[in-house]
Amino acid sequence: MNDWQHLLIDIGIVLLLTFGIWQFRARQGARRGNLTGALALAAAIGVALWREPVQAVALVVAVVVAGGLVGWAVAFRVDMVQIPAMVAFQHGCGGVAAALVSYVELARSPEALPMIGRVSGLLGLLIGAATFSASMVAAAKLAGRLKGTPLVLRYHNAVLGGLALLSLGAAAAVGAAAGLPVHLFLVSLGVLAVAVGVVFAVRIGGADMPVLISFLNATAGFAAALVGVVIENRLLIACGATVAASGSILTMVMCRAMNRRLLNVFTGLKASTEAPEREAGGGEPAAVPAPEVARLAPEDPYGYAADVMKEARRVVIIPGYGMALAHAQFEVVGLADRLTRAGADVRFAVHPVAGRMPGHMHVLLAEADVDPDTLYEMSQVNDQLQETDVAVVVGACDVVNPAAVTTTGTPISGMPILLAHEARRVIVFNLDDRPGYSGVENPLYDDPKTLLLLGDAKETVAEVRRRLG
Amino acid sequence: MTDLLLMLGFFAFSFGVGYLIISRIPQMLHTPLMSMTNAISAVTLLGALLLFATPTTALEKALGGIALAGAAFNMVGGFAITDRMVRLFRRRGAAPPGEPEESRR
Repeated sequence: MNDWQHLLIDIGIVLLLTFGIWQFRARQGARRGNLTGALALAAAIGVALWREPVQAVALVVAVVVAGGLVGWAVAFRVDMVQIPAMVAFQHGCGGVAAALVSYVELARSPEALPMIGRVSGLLGLLIGAATFSASMVAAAKLAGRLKGTPLVLRYHNAVLGGLALLSLGAAAAVGAAAGLPVHLFLVSLGVLAVAVGVVFAVRIGGADMPVLISFLNATAGFAAALVGVVIENRLLIACGATVAASGSILTMVMCRAMNRRLLNVFTGLKASTEAPEREAGGGEPAAVPAPEVARLAPEDPYGYAADVMKEARRVVIIPGYGMALAHAQFEVVGLADRLTRAGADVRFAVHPVAGRMPGHMHVLLAEADVDPDTLYEMSQVNDQLQETDVAVVVGACDVVNPAAVTTTGTPISGMPILLAHEARRVIVFNLDDRPGYSGVENPLYDDPKTLLLLGDAKETVAEVRRRLG
Repeated sequence: MTDLLLMLGFFAFSFGVGYLIISRIPQMLHTPLMSMTNAISAVTLLGALLLFATPTTALEKALGGIALAGAAFNMVGGFAITDRMVRLFRRRGAAPPGEPEESRR
């Protein structure tokens, strides 16, 4: 086999992988796409083993089989609500693998590596280790093992910046001076990078988690590509680059959906519009004037809700993360089916940042056997809400907060929202009427056309379903 | 030098093509997409395998072993969980709702 033939094989595998991802453009092809991707990676592993057979065969096989079996078992047990935590944890596993491979390659023969390989190895170690620790923090937050709210240290940005500079400096020292105790340097480098990851991730929480998890997807891919440069493996580079592209796109989609800059999410700034408005207003931001209207409080709110829904011809259901927390997706889809059977046009409108990772809400609804053709994106639904009889909000707050479009200077001002307040009636199934993650009061709750059904959404939705009969 | 250019070319091509394709993927599939690309990033397994292509010290065996296990967990788990999710999206549409689970697949 000559070089050209090897190159052709590699290109073939990359094209197969790309073809797999391409099939994700429609839901019907997604399963085949995933299997195609798995096939491409299997081919990549097969080719790698054929080119450079491993020596400690027993050890390698045992470890790979063990890791794979655990991954398989966990994948089939995990609850769909916990998918974000699971994905974050897996990002961490990918990160640690990238960091360790870089470490061994660097420690083994620093002189044998070309300059570009050495630099890539150091970056791979840093990014891999930071991805590992940041992902573990994210996974712990998402799984409820750590408090989900942002933890802000004193001088947080200074600490983060200092640690990052220190690790880059240490990396430069390792790169420049061969002959120093290499293990000592590499270990301290890894420890520094782990600290950077932790400090970086603890201050991000709540509704910002989708940004963090998408960003870690990108860094895990980038770390893999860097390892590819170290070992001069084109397939690794190509796969890593594809993942980095995907993670970057999702990060941007998430930021755009919240009208926030990536840097603001990572440095803890709430919104770019906040600072000037504060000066002009001279005091607290975000005091949304609440209309002086008594809230809608019918004698029998559940019966009232059922009556409103019975008469509705067009219904838009807006789920949020609260629905996932209450495990109410099955009740909600049941409600939608009931209204559809009665002849109503029922659509689900999902905000891009509802949930804890991009597309999380769609998976939960699909698990509850929703009709996928009734799932709409924000832009497809917003211009129809004026002709909608009832907007049903389940466990969502900030993404339907009209303050985002009516007031300036709040943390959510300018954020694209679902225009639930334009519907003729609004029924809200939320746990409480406190503000969402942004901390901005929601004037929708005080609108006279809004009915608030507070409490556990699983029970409140079920009660309305019973009244519908 | 050609090697470096070739590596850069692979990176640029994959990033660019990936970018073009992935921009068109509907929001509905963003979670399975991230889960699948997550599995792809476990391609670091190739790097870990290569470590074992030459004689290894005990330390290298230990570190390489952890890398192999982590990458294998990530790869197999990632593809398996993605499969579980995308199957959910295929359920309806094939047959009218209300039929038993098995016949709908």
